[in-house]
Amino acid sequence: MANSGEAVKAAPWRDPRARPYVEIERVTKAFGDFKAVDDVSLNIYKGEIFCLLGASGCGKTTLLRMLGGFETPTSGRILIDGEDMTGVPPYERPVNMMFQSYALFPHMNVEQNVAFGLKQDRVPRAEIAERVATMLELVKLGGFAKRKPHQLSGGQRQRVALARSLVKRPKVLLLDEPLGALDKKLREHTQFELMALQDKLGVTFLVVTHDQEEAMTLASRIGVMDHGEIVQAGTPSEIYEFPQSKFVADFVGSVNIFEGKLLEDEPEYVRIGSEELGGTIHVSHGISAAPEATVWAAIRPEKIFMSTAPPVSSGQGNDNLVRGAVQDIAYLGDLSIYLVKLPTGKVVRVTQPNTSRHAEAITWEQQVYLSWDASSPVVVTR
Amino acid sequence: MNYRRSYFIFTCLVFGFAFLYVPILSMVFYSFNASKLVTVWDSANSPTLRWYASLLHNDEILDAAWISLKVAVINASGSVILGTLAGFGLARFTQFRGRFTLNAMTTAPLVMPEVITGLSLLLLFVALEQWIGWPAGRGLTTMTIAHMTFSMAYVTVVVQSRMATFDTTLEEAAMDLGALPIKVFFVITLPIIFPAILSGWLLAFTLSWDDLVISSFTSGPGSSTLPMVVFSKVRLGVSPEINVLATLTITVVTIMIVGAGLWMSRAAKLETAAD
Amino acid sequence: MKSLRALSRIGISGRGLVVSLPYLWLLLFFVVPFVIVLKISFSDIDLAIPPYKPLIEWVGKNSLAIRVNFNNYAFLFTDPLYIHAFLNSIKVAFISTLLCLLIGYPIAYGIARSTATTRNVLLLMVMLPFWTSLLLRVYAWIGLLKANGVINNILMNWLHVIHEPLTMLYTPFAMYVGIVYSYLPFMILPLYANLEKMDWQLLEAAEDLGCRPWQAFYKITLPLSRNGIQAGSMLVFIPAVGEFVIPALLGGPNALMIGRVLWDEFFSNRAWPVASAVAILLLILLVPFMMWYQNVQARESAGAR
Repeated sequence: MANSGEAVKAAPWRDPRARPYVEIERVTKAFGDFKAVDDVSLNIYKGEIFCLLGASGCGKTTLLRMLGGFETPTSGRILIDGEDMTGVPPYERPVNMMFQSYALFPHMNVEQNVAFGLKQDRVPRAEIAERVATMLELVKLGGFAKRKPHQLSGGQRQRVALARSLVKRPKVLLLDEPLGALDKKLREHTQFELMALQDKLGVTFLVVTHDQEEAMTLASRIGVMDHGEIVQAGTPSEIYEFPQSKFVADFVGSVNIFEGKLLEDEPEYVRIGSEELGGTIHVSHGISAAPEATVWAAIRPEKIFMSTAPPVSSGQGNDNLVRGAVQDIAYLGDLSIYLVKLPTGKVVRVTQPNTSRHAEAITWEQQVYLSWDASSPVVVTR
Repeated sequence: MNYRRSYFIFTCLVFGFAFLYVPILSMVFYSFNASKLVTVWDSANSPTLRWYASLLHNDEILDAAWISLKVAVINASGSVILGTLAGFGLARFTQFRGRFTLNAMTTAPLVMPEVITGLSLLLLFVALEQWIGWPAGRGLTTMTIAHMTFSMAYVTVVVQSRMATFDTTLEEAAMDLGALPIKVFFVITLPIIFPAILSGWLLAFTLSWDDLVISSFTSGPGSSTLPMVVFSKVRLGVSPEINVLATLTITVVTIMIVGAGLWMSRAAKLETAAD
Repeated sequence: MKSLRALSRIGISGRGLVVSLPYLWLLLFFVVPFVIVLKISFSDIDLAIPPYKPLIEWVGKNSLAIRVNFNNYAFLFTDPLYIHAFLNSIKVAFISTLLCLLIGYPIAYGIARSTATTRNVLLLMVMLPFWTSLLLRVYAWIGLLKANGVINNILMNWLHVIHEPLTMLYTPFAMYVGIVYSYLPFMILPLYANLEKMDWQLLEAAEDLGCRPWQAFYKITLPLSRNGIQAGSMLVFIPAVGEFVIPALLGGPNALMIGRVLWDEFFSNRAWPVASAVAILLLILLVPFMMWYQNVQARESAGAR
């Protein structure tokens, strides 16, 4: 899926020699005693689509606004393409923002809106006309130049806002919840359009969103934020398959988390005994944790196998196997979600694709066996 | 909506508006009465336009109207500038030195009895004249200054409340695209709040045009405004020419109000559609 | 842009420039005059132009005489006319405010609950009297209330209900009618502004829970419209206390209002110091109400945010 761009395919964040395009150095923003953004450091590379993902109030919008110049950091620096942007007002930054409400000037038509930024830069009139026309074609609003914002639909207004901020060829484009106002079908369509546009123009995008599906689709990398801090940054698959904390595991997608204690701690595997689970978990990779520490094993619902008959032995004895009774079923068409209650009382969430149209369905109250592969659990220590 | 209550409310509305409009309509009605006694209908000679003609030749009233017009226009234009600055500043800048004072100074004139404002301004002008020789005597200048002082408070309220519902992301977007704050104000903010500023101008104009008390205190010989002339006539009782004046005033106000109402609904459509 | 930053370094900010013009204007033409009124209220009347003696005078070469005359205030506190005028003004303003509230609230409520198009029309209809000269509207009542005026004509000659004309003009009754009539829009508009923001589903929820309509009104609508009631009341009460025109045209000699007293002292008696003292006392009386009004306004706008 997705994360196009030659520069980004090379995963520059793993290359210690690559120079970051946007450097956020230990930035804090405090309002009185309250720290909206707390000592955040982040590097963003040219051509990336970087998503800041978090719930409302986590500080992501404040961070975005600091990049745009609408808030000043209480401490820390922000560098864009090597230049220190501290104290630089928004009208002097090589950065443009696409606002959540689009903020189209109601008294100007589409053409005038898009041309506004170029006029401020005193670009010659002929060039303005040309660039505006090209950009409108690019966002597929070619014939709409003379219309006023109130004559456009929500999706069209969004494209005008996009055109307006991109026509200045900014170094970084900041997007504040770009798809929030659109309905589901339009949202999906626009996600792909955005990515195609970004790929074509090569602009670095920084997107702020609370919608994890949006983040997972759009982003080359995601930064998960909570209470003003970035708790984990990585590619979508890294975030999903290798969360580093319970918070991240739970925030992106759904997950089952079992608390337990380390029974065996070897370099190639660990075994965790969990009272919640009423059983043991065998994980096929080592972890670093203090002895006797409490750990949590996170297992995604799609990675749990559910069967009415006991599964063929996997050579792990009674590890990674429990019995339970189906408490609730939600049929979603392409897959079904099962809530299975274990004897310990814990409810486990299992999803299964409905691969066959006439399969013998598992029903309520049915006794089932739950098992998973030893590579499936992710162990987190916080 | 509850039907039982709506009859009561409906009746109140009908009587309420009747109360508001019967006096106005009666003035209009009797402006066509030939009798000098105004309220005694002279059916033999009425309806007539006799008093309309007579008004147009009444130099005293016409001169006073001209003076009122001059003062009102200058007052409205000046008040709009002062009031927009104050309203914008109070709405947008949440903290600055003297904010409390400015806020108090722009709300006090709204409720202050006019006799106090009028008296105080006259005494100021007298003191200034003694001290630095300006203003020399009372006349149009002193009246205009006095009017501007209380009118700008009204304009401030109008602009301030408009700015409260103003979408600040529009200003941020303009700055983000490279415009300096002062340019943003003239190119983005001002055009969008223009209807509010216009209504502020009209409000200031009307306040000045209708003002009696403050004008009486701050005017001088030869600078009688229309309300002052009307007042001196009306103290003695009814006068048919005043009915004519009232009718003309009401007609103009009605046209303007309806026109303004249409304009504002069109402008509101623009703003809400922009998000 | 660099020059703007240079300016802010020497203390001149854009913000300062924006607000300083109105600030200075109001300081000079609104606040300073009150100081002067205070000063003159302490001076002696003089047969000169201007008709008061200066407060501070050079006496001889090296001494300054400051003459603070409390007579004016003493006069006001002891002469029953003035005390009566103050009290009467407060009484009249209070009753008028109450009447405006009783008449204006249903009107504002009715407008707030109408459909959008009706509402706009009704609002325009409230605005029209507001924008028409107060003087002319008060004048209308002269025509209605006089002995051979419209009301008496209808009652006597059309309906034959009475045989002698009612004396309505130049009585306190006429003054009340005039004040309520003139200030009604000032009560309706803030009430409407407040009621318009109400969530009407609250009433539906109350009725769903067993509340009768009048109870719902009393327990929910009324308390929520408190700000509007207070704002409207202040907009009527405070100026009504110092009202001059209506008592002068409709009130007759027995309607003694403090605004008229001030006017007469100033224009008829040329007693500027006394008029100033009246103004100062009136101001002191009204300042608490003005501060209350400002408070209400601040509360309303904070709630709206």
